[in-house]
Amino acid sequence: MKILTIVRQVPDAESSLRVSDETHTVSSSQLVMDTMDEYGVEQALRLREAGTDIEVIALAVGPDKNVDVLRSSLALGADRAVHVKTDLALDPIALSKVIAKLATAEGIDLIFCGGRQADWDSEALGGAIAERLHWPQLTWTTELNFTDGKLSGRHDIDDGSQAFTLSLPAVVTTQQGLNEPRFPTLPNIMKAKKKELRVDSLEQYGVSPMVQLVKVELQARARQRNMLSEEDPAAIAAKLVDVLRNEAKVLA
Amino acid sequence: MILVVASYAKGHLSKSTYELVAAARQLGSEGALTLLILGSEVDDVAAEATHISDQVLVADYPAFAKYSAETWSEAVATIASQGNASVVLIAASRAGREYSPRVAVRLEAPLLEDVVSLTTDGTATTAQRYSFLARATETIKAQAPVVVVTVKPGAFPPVTPAETSSEEYEVDLAITPSRVATSDQRSEESSRVSLTDADVVVAGGRGLGSAEAFEALVLPLAEALGAAVGATRAVVDAGWRPYAEQVGQTGKTVQPKVYLAVGISGATQHLSGMNKSRTVIAINKDSEAPIFEVADYGVVGDVAKILPALIEAVRG
Ligand SMILES: Cc1cc2nc3c(=O)[nH]c(=O)nc-3n(C[C@H](O)[C@H](O)[C@H](O)COP(=O)(O)OP(=O)(O)OC[C@H]3O[C@@H](n4cnc5c(N)ncnc54)[C@H](O)[C@@H]3O)c2cc1C
Ligand SMILES: Nc1ncnc2c1ncn2[C@@H]1O[C@H](COP(=O)(O)O)[C@@H](O)[C@H]1O
Repeated sequence: MKILTIVRQVPDAESSLRVSDETHTVSSSQLVMDTMDEYGVEQALRLREAGTDIEVIALAVGPDKNVDVLRSSLALGADRAVHVKTDLALDPIALSKVIAKLATAEGIDLIFCGGRQADWDSEALGGAIAERLHWPQLTWTTELNFTDGKLSGRHDIDDGSQAFTLSLPAVVTTQQGLNEPRFPTLPNIMKAKKKELRVDSLEQYGVSPMVQLVKVELQARARQRNMLSEEDPAAIAAKLVDVLRNEAKVLA
Repeated sequence: MILVVASYAKGHLSKSTYELVAAARQLGSEGALTLLILGSEVDDVAAEATHISDQVLVADYPAFAKYSAETWSEAVATIASQGNASVVLIAASRAGREYSPRVAVRLEAPLLEDVVSLTTDGTATTAQRYSFLARATETIKAQAPVVVVTVKPGAFPPVTPAETSSEEYEVDLAITPSRVATSDQRSEESSRVSLTDADVVVAGGRGLGSAEAFEALVLPLAEALGAAVGATRAVVDAGWRPYAEQVGQTGKTVQPKVYLAVGISGATQHLSGMNKSRTVIAINKDSEAPIFEVADYGVVGDVAKILPALIEAVRG
């Protein structure tokens, strides 16, 4: 069985962002693997370690720097990696075409993908890949078991959660709570250097963006940042009530 | 036509459906505004829908008693192609965001996801949305025979229903059953006030210290303010509060008039769910807590001391 796990490189959540007005790209000095994708890599490794004969392949589609998240995936334990190189900003629907083509060529049975990408704030990639492959999908998964060729577990829905079962092939989107991702060990980082990291070009896939990015602005919502310095809780409470009543007008 | 997929619950159209229609009306005269109802025994919902649309399509099948991404996307894409839809609008609920990409792929259409504004110049559709954990606002544009759009709840003012009513039509569909079997649904109704619709949200974090303290301090304050209760992931993971109350990247997005954050550090993943709130008030004992950077009013202090005083003051 073959598992494909999508890894994306995004700004660290706590790092500061910069925008290029010419290219409309947002950058940060600290790029990391999207946390959502770490759960996918971890889950793939756990399935392999549970004894099934599984090959874990990590895939990144993006600029040169993406090689870092692939090296990390290999250091964590992925068997090999594929980098589809491009500087184009592909939207999830366009990107899903690349991933589906690769999954078909590789004979993939199960795909992990982050539930909500920390750069796009999108939840669309998993469903788009699944539809391209005519596979079922499972989103916002918090518990996943694999027995007798079937996946089961729980996932979150609009106002709660649900148990599920489905057969492979399938796309599963991950989120916090699914597992506790491991850290790479030094020997594994060394071993990773010998693992296969194939580089494809986007041209091989014949995919171009479907959505055009026109402008990006960083949030500059000016906050008042008034710090209330009264010592007495009752005085603070009175001031807050004044704000609620007279400024925000949410209190009669 | 402009195809709007209705969301509803308990026999009534959801507020988000009225908002979708408002977004659709902004697109002007792109053709009849068609509301699609997928469901089982949805007569009441369909009747309600005739007051906010130019026509209503009803696909009433037992198989639609329960939402699934596969059946919903197949039905919506089929109806959109049959009706030559130029735009398909879907609410950006978790379900809507789950099945809309499948609709886009089926129609080979661009997807404008979770948008907060929407315009067209007759050829291209332009929208704004938030990205980078809601730290950026991006403007995106798509030009195609059909575009799929999901609309962020709360971004558009809901339309007012007309006295007159439009026509209802039954649609015939071949439904392929979903391959995902679901069971044991646990719905977590939280406070009386809906988190996403509330004017005021009182949200608590790990700084409350315990489930008991959360109940003793956050709930009465929310009650006194007529506010909804929110929580951080840390609090939900600790089992103090239900997941339905979680605000943030992996929870709900809220945009109330007032967001009161108590004992919350202000991690980016949490901020992404609340940083569009109109007024933010934060109470935290650590003056360096990042939540203060997005606060209009900050109180450096102990929740155990401030909240009882605040509850008393609000009760008057
Ligand atoms: C992929 C991913 C997704 C995530 N999604 C979400 C999400 O959707 N929502 C979310 O909330 N988090 C999310 N998180 C987690 C997030 O990173 C933080 O860990 C979490 O928000 C912290 O919750 P907290 O503020 O309650 O706890 P803490 O960070 O522990 O903060 C507690 C705060 O309380 C203050 N405090 C302590 N005692 C008192 C007192 N007596 N009086 C006043 N203040 C006090 C402390 O100073 C501190 O600032 C996500 C993380 C990841 C990696
Ligand atoms: N019981 C139901 N019957 C039909 N459609 C539903 C039902 N529940 C939810 N939906 C649809 O699923 C999507 C998300 O709905 P909800 O999760 O209820 O907000 C919307 O498009 C609804 O129309």
